[in-house]
Amino acid sequence: MSIITNINKVFDHRIRLGIMSILMVNEYADFNTLKELLGATDGNLASHTKALEKADYISVEKQFIGRKPNTRYATTKLGRVAFNKHIEALEKLINTK
Amino acid sequence: MEPKDYLKDISEIKQLMNKSSRFISLSGLSGILAGIYAIIGAAVAYWLVMNYSNGTLLLNGEIFRWILLDLALVALFSIITAVIITTRKAKKQGEKIWDGTSRRLVFNFLIPLVSGGLYILIILNQQKYGQTGALMLIFYGLALINASKYSIGNIRYLGFIEILLGLISAVIPGYGFWIWVLGFGVMHIIYGTWMYLKHDSKE
Repeated sequence: MSIITNINKVFDHRIRLGIMSILMVNEYADFNTLKELLGATDGNLASHTKALEKADYISVEKQFIGRKPNTRYATTKLGRVAFNKHIEALEKLINTK
Repeated sequence: MEPKDYLKDISEIKQLMNKSSRFISLSGLSGILAGIYAIIGAAVAYWLVMNYSNGTLLLNGEIFRWILLDLALVALFSIITAVIITTRKAKKQGEKIWDGTSRRLVFNFLIPLVSGGLYILIILNQQKYGQTGALMLIFYGLALINASKYSIGNIRYLGFIEILLGLISAVIPGYGFWIWVLGFGVMHIIYGTWMYLKHDSKE
């Protein structure tokens, strides 16, 4: 049962998993970069970043570049640990079946 | 979710990690052109030495200064070509050329290259020029390997080959010129063609 409990419900969605994957290997990524890479709509991406932010897995930094607002995302330590656990759980699940 | 979906998840994670963190716009075409410039540059140097310097090269001679200029032009044209082609390609794909990934790529590429370049200039000033070709190959190889962490494609292997050629060239300095042509000319063309067939031609 312990394998199943490590599967993280927060990551149980393509877009959220995608956001975490990108942020794990980049210091940060802004909203538009995530949008392009994931092929998500504004609203869809916003709701998923919010969910990850709520879980304290990513941090959000809003700033202005010239006059344009720019939102940057980065993983938190908690998020990185949770993501690694999730990946391990996925691997175990695949290997045991 | 079925196990099939988990597998798909993992492959998607991997793909996104690669796509987002590596500078994918380096083009094979710029590699091919860099190789051609190197061969033209080497041919010019060969011609200069054979016709104006009796087949030998004096470090303080005028011909030597022309050859240094020749080398600098090869490097300059290669860089300009790479920048132009990469910018055009990135624009076409709607990517940003100067983002965190490309900055890291260039910075890590320059660390071994600039150290090596300065070292070569220093020992040239001390009249030790027998190993110049070998040193250029070795430091260039190290630069490629250092940059490979930030780029897709296998410049890492190109780096290993350049280092190997550099070491061989150090053992047999008499063939230094030809090994230089092999390393900077032929290898770039082979590598560029391979990259072109693998990535660019699919577009």
